[in-house]
Amino acid sequence: MPQLTLVQAINLALAQEMEADPRIIILGEDVGKNGGVFRVTEGLQARFGADRVVDSPLAESGIMGSAIGLAMAGLRPIPEIQFEGFLGPAYDQLTNHAARYRTRSRGAVTIPMTVRVPVGGGIHAPELHSDSPEAIYAHTPGLKVVMPASPYDAKGLLISAIRDPDPVVFFEPKRIYRAFREEVPEEEYTVPIGKAKVVETGSDLTIVSWGASVLQCIEAMDKLPEDISVELIDLRTIYPFDQDAIIESVQKTGRCVVVQEAPKTCGMASEIATVVQEHCFLHLKAPVQRVCGFDTVMPYYKLELEYLPNAERILEAVMSCAAY
Amino acid sequence: MTSMPASAAPSPASGKSKYTLSAKLPDATLHKWLRDLMLIREFELKTMAAYQQAKIGGFCHIYIGQEAVVVGTFGAVNHDDPVVTAYRDHGHALARGMSARACMAEMFGKAAGCAKGKGGSMHMFDKPNWLFGGHGIVGAQTALGTGLAFAARYEYEVLKTGPKKVCLSYMGDGALNQGCFHEAQNLAGLYSLPVIFIVENNGYSMGTSIERGTTMAHNLCLKAAGYGIDAIQIDGMDVMSLYDQFKPFADKCRAEQRPGFVDLKTYRYQGHSMSDPQKYRTKEEVAKFQERDTIMTLSNYLLNERKSLSEAEYQKIQADVRDEVKDSVEFSENAPVPELSELYTDVYAEPMPNLSPSGEYTHGAKNPLL
Ligand SMILES: Cc1ncc(C[n+]2csc(CCOP(=O)(O)OP(=O)(O)O)c2C)c(N)n1
Ligand SMILES: [Mg+2]
Repeated sequence: MPQLTLVQAINLALAQEMEADPRIIILGEDVGKNGGVFRVTEGLQARFGADRVVDSPLAESGIMGSAIGLAMAGLRPIPEIQFEGFLGPAYDQLTNHAARYRTRSRGAVTIPMTVRVPVGGGIHAPELHSDSPEAIYAHTPGLKVVMPASPYDAKGLLISAIRDPDPVVFFEPKRIYRAFREEVPEEEYTVPIGKAKVVETGSDLTIVSWGASVLQCIEAMDKLPEDISVELIDLRTIYPFDQDAIIESVQKTGRCVVVQEAPKTCGMASEIATVVQEHCFLHLKAPVQRVCGFDTVMPYYKLELEYLPNAERILEAVMSCAAY
Repeated sequence: MTSMPASAAPSPASGKSKYTLSAKLPDATLHKWLRDLMLIREFELKTMAAYQQAKIGGFCHIYIGQEAVVVGTFGAVNHDDPVVTAYRDHGHALARGMSARACMAEMFGKAAGCAKGKGGSMHMFDKPNWLFGGHGIVGAQTALGTGLAFAARYEYEVLKTGPKKVCLSYMGDGALNQGCFHEAQNLAGLYSLPVIFIVENNGYSMGTSIERGTTMAHNLCLKAAGYGIDAIQIDGMDVMSLYDQFKPFADKCRAEQRPGFVDLKTYRYQGHSMSDPQKYRTKEEVAKFQERDTIMTLSNYLLNERKSLSEAEYQKIQADVRDEVKDSVEFSENAPVPELSELYTDVYAEPMPNLSPSGEYTHGAKNPLL
């Protein structure tokens, strides 16, 4: 089985799905000739032609709107937005249109579109190139939101997203694009949307995280004292998120720490904490803790590491939750 | 590409007329232009070096090749005419009067930077010099330019507190394709606002050549015509001829309080950013523009034709800008990083007590407001 990076896994998923389904069209800025800013679509235009891997002008609203139109007509567009901050100009199309057509048309018009967007900090980039806006889109009924934390999941989730009948925002944590390799099957497979993954089983405390932060959680867990057994859940799908997996785990452990890179207030961590108190109230031995970014604009790189949840902060939250 | 001493190179007759607007400017003005051009060039060379040594983080877009644009257009307006631009903004900052130290320190992410090291390369702000920022979202600044022009006209006509101004709203050719720009133009045309949209048309938007990215690439002025905006195409490789064409255009926009559009043909010698393999163009193409380099042309003119500048004076400028930039790098290296508490400042006017994850957060910044 080949050892692939997250970038390679996504590239492979795109190539295989395009091979299998001629309705798939990729469009975005420099996705063709240049292979995308992060080279995720490298080689695809050469292989599938400029009709299917379309270099677009610098126009996110136009890209998103056109992709929606393609989807309305029954094609399977995969627009790429270069960085999460550039969803701004496309926001109207995505949230006011893509998200709502199924409802607005009473199911007659649907938008099977996968929007690929690099997300998150940790690459020394400034704001708009380092943000974590997943909760904004999770808060938009009609959109599905996915964020893989490993090459294997990236391939399987992307294939699921492409085949999904509804619009999916597929966030790719750019910090781990090339951070590590993992065995990724050559053949096509899917990882279901809406299912979390138990990365590590444990009995004393549950950590829930997603995206690049999962790696910081693993780092923190390596530093735990022997006698604390932690269960780590990688959410994988931000919306619709796997409530059952969280509830089952916290009912077992009685303790929960949620780790997210995004600002604290009104983030997914808040939603998860609420679900936990709704469903695990009598099992809880400690208040749910959140380890998050701050309610500030993502800082420029000298302070970036202070902003991102790191192993130390996670460890501290875990220890205090365990000792409560 | 460093600026070689012009006198060492053969000096082709520039064919400059003595009677152009720029030729009639005082020596001191033209010498200042040359110094600004050379300062930006030197600054960018040292920026690239610092970036390669990982002293500058994030993204970094180099202005080398386009220097004539800011020097020539700023030279044609007043210091209190507001300016907005995109992210390729170091040249705008320096030419507007920001110190090399404040500009370099910003990129180093240091507290002494123009935005306390919070904005970085793409976000140069200098309000005292009427520079309302570099902007990371391509095209978004164009509408801000419309708003700044609205404010200027309001102050002039309604409040009667200001002079007739004109706002310079710079943008790349890639920004032509953003919806925001078209809304900005329509508003400016409709309300007759004194904003000049200056397209720094370097022919590429990242790896996409202008022909592949926009309609009417052969004549961008047609785009402005649809909004009733006067438009002009100007060659931007020679600062003097640029000024000669831009000055009357800007004066008219100011006098009549109307918008304008300039297709300013220029060229970036470096890649789009510091990580650009540049597969989309040839070395020959780059060389073709370098042959018309503005520093070479202007210094040739001043040294050999106008003879207002001596070789020794030229060398002195060269040495001065080197020192100034070297100083800015050393200053930035040694400057302190922002206090951790800076994470929580400048988000709202009123300090907010709950911006940090918890009052007990001990590893790193403690919210000073808690
Ligand atoms: C809304 C938005 N989309 C995409 C980008 C990424 N991006 C940064 S610069 C750039 C190319 C811009 O080209 P142009 O406007 O011609 O300016 P130049 O780089 O030539 O100065 C792109 C696509 C961005 N910063 N903002
Ligand atoms: Mg350009």
